[in-house]
Amino acid sequence: MKSITGLNAKLALLLVVLALLSLLPGRAGWLLPWNLQGNDAELARLIFWELRIPRLLLALLVGAALGLAGAVLQGLTRNPLAEPGLLGVSSGAAFGAVLAIYTGLGAAFALAIPLLGFTGALLGTMLTLALGAGGGVLSLILAGAAVSGLLLAGTALVLNLAPNPYAAYEISHWMMGSLADRGWAQLFLAAPFVFAGIGVLFTTGRALDALSLGEQQAASLGVDLARLRRQVVVGTALAVGGATAVTGTIGFIGLLAPHLVRAAVGHEPRRVLWPAALAGALLLLAADVATRLLPLAQELKLGVLTGLIGSPFFLWLVWRMKARSP
Amino acid sequence: MIPLAARGLVVRREGSEILRGIDLDAQGGEFIAVIGANGAGKSTLLAALAGLLRIDAGEVLLDQRPLADIAPRDLAQLRAWLPQNPRAEWPLSVERMVALGLGPRLRGFGEAGPEEQARIATVLADTDLIALRARAVTTLSGGELARAMLARALVADPAVLIVDEPLAGLDPQHAWDAARRMRALAVEQGRLVIASIHDLNIALRRATRVWALHEGRLLADGPPATTITAALLGELFGMRAEIRGSGSSAYVDFAP
Repeated sequence: MKSITGLNAKLALLLVVLALLSLLPGRAGWLLPWNLQGNDAELARLIFWELRIPRLLLALLVGAALGLAGAVLQGLTRNPLAEPGLLGVSSGAAFGAVLAIYTGLGAAFALAIPLLGFTGALLGTMLTLALGAGGGVLSLILAGAAVSGLLLAGTALVLNLAPNPYAAYEISHWMMGSLADRGWAQLFLAAPFVFAGIGVLFTTGRALDALSLGEQQAASLGVDLARLRRQVVVGTALAVGGATAVTGTIGFIGLLAPHLVRAAVGHEPRRVLWPAALAGALLLLAADVATRLLPLAQELKLGVLTGLIGSPFFLWLVWRMKARSP
Repeated sequence: MIPLAARGLVVRREGSEILRGIDLDAQGGEFIAVIGANGAGKSTLLAALAGLLRIDAGEVLLDQRPLADIAPRDLAQLRAWLPQNPRAEWPLSVERMVALGLGPRLRGFGEAGPEEQARIATVLADTDLIALRARAVTTLSGGELARAMLARALVADPAVLIVDEPLAGLDPQHAWDAARRMRALAVEQGRLVIASIHDLNIALRRATRVWALHEGRLLADGPPATTITAALLGELFGMRAEIRGSGSSAYVDFAP
């Protein structure tokens, strides 16, 4: 039996090291421990406590939510290409946030963007659940695709109708996804929902294991499949919806994280959950540190970086699957 | 030995009646072959007996209790179910896939306790899978996978085993071997084994009892030697058939 505790410990250790290192670089310059000492270090301490620390915590929280939701959705659909955006959660969040920017609510009240984003994520996933309920996993996926398509069209419409170039610029920036300039307010707003969602997602482990034998055998083993689908949808809406509402869309973490750990735990869906959450946090944090270290005139958006790295990986996965299937 | 019974079982789907009032009684020690043409309702009957289908009228009783009154988790320990062509969706090891059959008896992350470990080792030995225990199930041959799934179904020590077409896709050697195993589970271990089977020679020689389904009704019920007759096969399959030989060398010969 492969050791799951050992893998978790290694990932956690790696995460702690990276978390400490991530506090050093940033747009405001390097911060080293001795920079925080003394009377003239007021500004450095402010940067440390009000920018670096909340940004680090947000990276861990969002990365874990994406990695875990990806593992759960891949377990539910038994498809290694599934990712959290599948249920309309990301497109719902984007639509809500974009509406907030378009209507000017975002400018009047800073937290309007994440609040409307979260509302959009919830509405998007609930719509998916309502349309796809009753059928199997396939009808849920199709409903998610339809809802995502509709919400993306809505987002494009808002962009199209944007009153001034500045609003369009702000909207497209938000949609790229980033942790820059997020502080304690955003963290406190997202954390309760993300934690609640993570809690719900972790309860699906046993059912996901049984589901690796197919829906019929899972049902015969006492798994309530309709309840499992509801748990997954609600958990994803809370965790990924809460995360996406404050960071914007960050792709591929949820797809990648479960793959990196799956073979090491013997492919069992339940055993993938914890390592996938840790790997998600690790990946997101690493990507965020990279955006801060890359010597570019403009800070690279996190969502752009994960997309640039994630797409080739996705392609590699497709190729590998093609090679395996006859 | 836990008895299984159906009383006036009716299942309707999309306006048509798939099962039209079925009454039957079965108990431990029996290996029952369900025979009938495609679309006769065999899969539906098996799924209904396993408690996996919504029933429109009548009831299924396991140990005198309606299936609807038994909690799904308890039912999972009493009866095991294998669908047609069961397969695993991830490359789990044989041993871990078999362990999934223990369901709620596994701990937090799916670890098996000492009692469960012993149970897993026993079924792996019984199904000749010890050498393959660490292999990924996705790399097994058809016959090996069938044995692994049987081990998965047996690991929780169910009183009733319901299997939909366990012999489909197996070569003659593996099909006869699977039938021998199912008969032993019934005759030697006292379980009730119900399986839909298309190979009438295997039903004739290995089953202890036959249920013949025709258009949603139970047309015949009894020991294979006296139940599988030329007249019954003619009615079931619409083909002229003859039973040649007798006893353990009897076989069915269709003459189209």
